[in-house]
Amino acid sequence: MAEVIWGLATSHVPSIGAAMDRGKTEDPNWKALFDGYAPARAWLAEHRPDVAIVVYNDHANGIDLDFVPTFGLGTAEEYEVADEGFGRRPVPDVVGHPELALHLVESLVDEEFDLTVFQELEVDHGFTVPLSVWTPDPGDAWPCPVIPLLVNVIQYPQPTAARCYALGRALGRAIRSYPGDLTVGVLGTGGMSHQLAGARAGFINPEFDARWMSAIETDPASLAALSREELIRQAGAEGIELIMWLVMRGALDDEVVKVHSDYFVPASNTAAGIALFQNGAG
Amino acid sequence: MSETAPDRFGLSGTPIFDGETSRRGLRMNKLFMSLRTAENRERFLADEAGYCQGFGLSPEQQQAVLARDWQAMIDLGGSIFYVYKLAMMDGRSMQYLGGVFTGMGEDDFLAAMRAGGRRDG
Ligand SMILES: [Fe+2]
Repeated sequence: MAEVIWGLATSHVPSIGAAMDRGKTEDPNWKALFDGYAPARAWLAEHRPDVAIVVYNDHANGIDLDFVPTFGLGTAEEYEVADEGFGRRPVPDVVGHPELALHLVESLVDEEFDLTVFQELEVDHGFTVPLSVWTPDPGDAWPCPVIPLLVNVIQYPQPTAARCYALGRALGRAIRSYPGDLTVGVLGTGGMSHQLAGARAGFINPEFDARWMSAIETDPASLAALSREELIRQAGAEGIELIMWLVMRGALDDEVVKVHSDYFVPASNTAAGIALFQNGAG
Repeated sequence: MSETAPDRFGLSGTPIFDGETSRRGLRMNKLFMSLRTAENRERFLADEAGYCQGFGLSPEQQQAVLARDWQAMIDLGGSIFYVYKLAMMDGRSMQYLGGVFTGMGEDDFLAAMRAGGRRDG
């Protein structure tokens, strides 16, 4: 059977990737963010899984508004890195894992999560920035094959926080029922509080972020109970994408061990958070 | 029907990109997404009005795009992630847009972010 060995929650702000791509990680405006990643990166380098699953959303690069799948999963052998307008990020294309992905689709649809299946998908910063947070210098290839799990967080109504958490629980069961022996890392991406448009642009809510950071470890059900309205009110119109952390958290056991977490404002217009959990009671 | 985004949840200054907004903005958002390729950016810059007409924008949307009226683009159904494609093409940052949406200007907006971000109330 396959086994989830860790969960990583991280913001996927494009400027984090741009700072890395342009060698600005020692810049005074960025240094504290990247210093805050270091303990997680060191631990992850020692705990390489066989496959990773990245829970993320696309930002007008891989898919447009012709189709707005609430949840989607990639079953392709590879995923090209998207050119978002000014050249693609200088990072490797992504090798997929069709066997596990197809098993996940079957298991999840059996559990009545009716996912959209992607056989072709270009992945954008929402996907590649978390991989860079994990692995700053991938060389020619990312550490392992990666499966994209897409969540619509851009167009209202987004799935509820409760549904995301339930999807994560079902994802965990689907992984454990895979017949092959595999270790799996799950990344939940996006957040933390931020709002990009409107007179409330620039909104940051450190109190809410602190509550979220603590509860994602010890009481994720309390976060799953938050309504969309409450999330938008507390985390900002775009901060609602934090619901993707709940998919990751659901795939882990109730008991996890926190390896590292950190919080930084601002990454562009966003509060950036990272939280790394070893799965199980340790 | 009003062309501005409904004040969903009564959260002032917080545009919600819902289905109705997306329906209204679809043609314009598709135009923004097309600007990912250099070829389309060239075509756009060579004849912005013609390019807008080709995508079927409403006159109000076309006017907003040509005038770089970022607030109007949002009000007329633009998704910030799509509108940002046009801003990037113009060399504008998300902090610049934040300065426009808040009326603070880019420098003050950036300073507010570096000071820990903006709060409600
Ligand atoms: Fe995002």
